[in-house]
Amino acid sequence: MGAERAIPILADADIVLARQEGRRLAAALAFSSSDLTVIAAAISEVARNIVEYAGRGEIVMTLIERNGRQGIGVVARDEGPGIRDVHLAMQDGFSTSGSLGVGLPGARRLMDEFDIASEVGRGTTVTMRKWER
Amino acid sequence: MQVPILKQRDYLIASIQSALTDADLLRLRDDLVEQVGRFRSHGVIVDVTVLDVMDSFAVRTLSSLARMIRLRGAQTVIVGIQPEVAFAMVQLGLTLAEVQTALDLEEGLAYLDYLAKRSRGGGAGRGR
Repeated sequence: MGAERAIPILADADIVLARQEGRRLAAALAFSSSDLTVIAAAISEVARNIVEYAGRGEIVMTLIERNGRQGIGVVARDEGPGIRDVHLAMQDGFSTSGSLGVGLPGARRLMDEFDIASEVGRGTTVTMRKWER
Repeated sequence: MQVPILKQRDYLIASIQSALTDADLLRLRDDLVEQVGRFRSHGVIVDVTVLDVMDSFAVRTLSSLARMIRLRGAQTVIVGIQPEVAFAMVQLGLTLAEVQTALDLEEGLAYLDYLAKRSRGGGAGRGR
């Protein structure tokens, strides 16, 4: 355990890199191929959020263990403008960028655990986990 | 990574070969919208079989592609969405509802042929 990958997110190509690395890391565990796709899709959305709103940030993915269960933890961190109303940002269809507004609420549905902390002017941190079945 | 676009009869077939960045997807859309006029194509097939993820940007871009192609007088069919990809898309809330889809390239071609036959026949072909 303890395997970790950190991917700097600076441009749209890094979104692809982050989700591929996440899938590769998670493939070491007993995830189904559906779960691997779900994890990759969730990483894609939080990485996209960094590119669209903050411009730059970082995604750190770690293999984790809790009570004998293994999983993958994903932390997406940026020092962008932050989100004024996190509750509103987590509503389906809410977007300030002309996107579909499914990214963050969609990622929450895909993962087992999802937490978002944001402070205006300081940045946003999304923490998500998916556990083996 | 540029997506190769093949011209086959009245159709354009774009076969995605690897994971695409946002810029690649936008370029594919713009290329198809342009080429559908240059080759006077009636149908466009986008084969996404190799894509292991379709996120919100991919879905938004394919939807706008299909709408633009339609405004150019042609039809678009997205083919090859894999089962796991469909599963993740639905969970994300992405349905691609306004875009025609088909199981694979063969089904996509059959659908475009059906549309072509129907528009040529003008409703007079069947049962005669």
